[in-house]
Amino acid sequence: MGVTLDFLTLLPYASELVRGLTTTVILTVVTTLTGIALAVVVAYLRLHGRSWTRFCMGSYVEVTRNTPFIVQLFFIFFGLPGLGIQIDAITAAFLAMTLNLAAYSAEILRAGIGATAQGQLEAARALGMTRLQSYRHVVLIPAFARVYPALISQSVIVMLGSAVVSQISVFDLTYAANFIQSRNFRSFEVYLVITLAYLLLAFVMRRVFMLAGNRLFAYQQGESR
Amino acid sequence: MIEFSLWDILRNLLLATRWTIVLSLIAFVGGATVGLVLTFMRLSSSRILQRFTSLYVDLFQGTPLLMQLFLIFFGAAALGHPISAWLAASVALTLFTSAFLCDIWRGCLEAVAKGQWHAARVLGMNYFQTMRHVILPQALRLSVPPTVGFSVQVIKGTALASIIGFVELTKAGTMLNNATFEPFTIFTLVALLYFALCYPLSCYARHLEKKLYDAGLR
Repeated sequence: MGVTLDFLTLLPYASELVRGLTTTVILTVVTTLTGIALAVVVAYLRLHGRSWTRFCMGSYVEVTRNTPFIVQLFFIFFGLPGLGIQIDAITAAFLAMTLNLAAYSAEILRAGIGATAQGQLEAARALGMTRLQSYRHVVLIPAFARVYPALISQSVIVMLGSAVVSQISVFDLTYAANFIQSRNFRSFEVYLVITLAYLLLAFVMRRVFMLAGNRLFAYQQGESR
Repeated sequence: MIEFSLWDILRNLLLATRWTIVLSLIAFVGGATVGLVLTFMRLSSSRILQRFTSLYVDLFQGTPLLMQLFLIFFGAAALGHPISAWLAASVALTLFTSAFLCDIWRGCLEAVAKGQWHAARVLGMNYFQTMRHVILPQALRLSVPPTVGFSVQVIKGTALASIIGFVELTKAGTMLNNATFEPFTIFTLVALLYFALCYPLSCYARHLEKKLYDAGLR
């Protein structure tokens, strides 16, 4: 049986593609920021908190790292309303992605923070920096610079994993793919195009983050890593 | 309407967990086999083979597993060869796993110092002897912890097979939810079952990692 590919049947659906792409990009950008911000807090509490906070943070990180993202998403979207907490699909997606990224990033950051020499912190204190100043400039920012490549990879993984949010009817790229192929019946072409869109998105994301990293951590370049 | 007790729910979830385990094993064994071939292709002196494998790895690491599943499942049907969810999930997860394992193992092989290659060759060993007696024994030791660690990703990856209708743990959870309307209980149990599968592997990987570290190999 002869099979012909017809990509032109996708053209009338350009606006759906754009809508899906926009949602995926916005979800990714926002969750990268919130996720990494939350990761800083989690990593800090896991390293310096009281024993019960350390236990709680440790449990959160381990549970998140050892269960599938789709189950976390379903738990938040379907499970929480059972407790009386109503949230809409997009909020559930934001929440699930943020919590997922934060758990992985907290582990990555913890490794980066652990690599800071204790003497450096003492030196900063001796120079008259406050606790917050010395933690920020001597521990946190160099730790970020050290683990930055790993954080980029993790946020790309979360972006790719976000394809699953289509299952709770968030109009992302994958939802757009399902939407289009249910109308033009050209599933192979549609999924191929969307897969390539994700590939391009992953590539662009890495590039942008790398460039941002070079600027953000420019003064760290001299530091031996 | 049939009443479901907590035990009924748990029993059904446990029965479905079998398929999660079977699918994970298929993906892991299949992925390891394909991954091994790819690793050697990547290390061969042929430019074309090197290009092909790095493109393969980039493609599978740069696209969502869900899209890979859809492409294989719906793509095969659209091209006139409909396949079952079983087969589609097995193939997609095998390919996905092979790409990641290839990348991990290549790293391990390259982590063995270059000087050892030269030394072995100078001693008169050929490529296969060098591989067999010098490089592989060391690379193998390095590769075990990340490989065990990656098996957790494979188990978690099988959850996506639920979306194309393969009844494993996650799908059983959504089906039970539709029948009982107790999402909180069900998804908590589903998460706990995944945790019970994955956490021991994570701990084992960490333990192996620590052993290597203590042995001074890393």
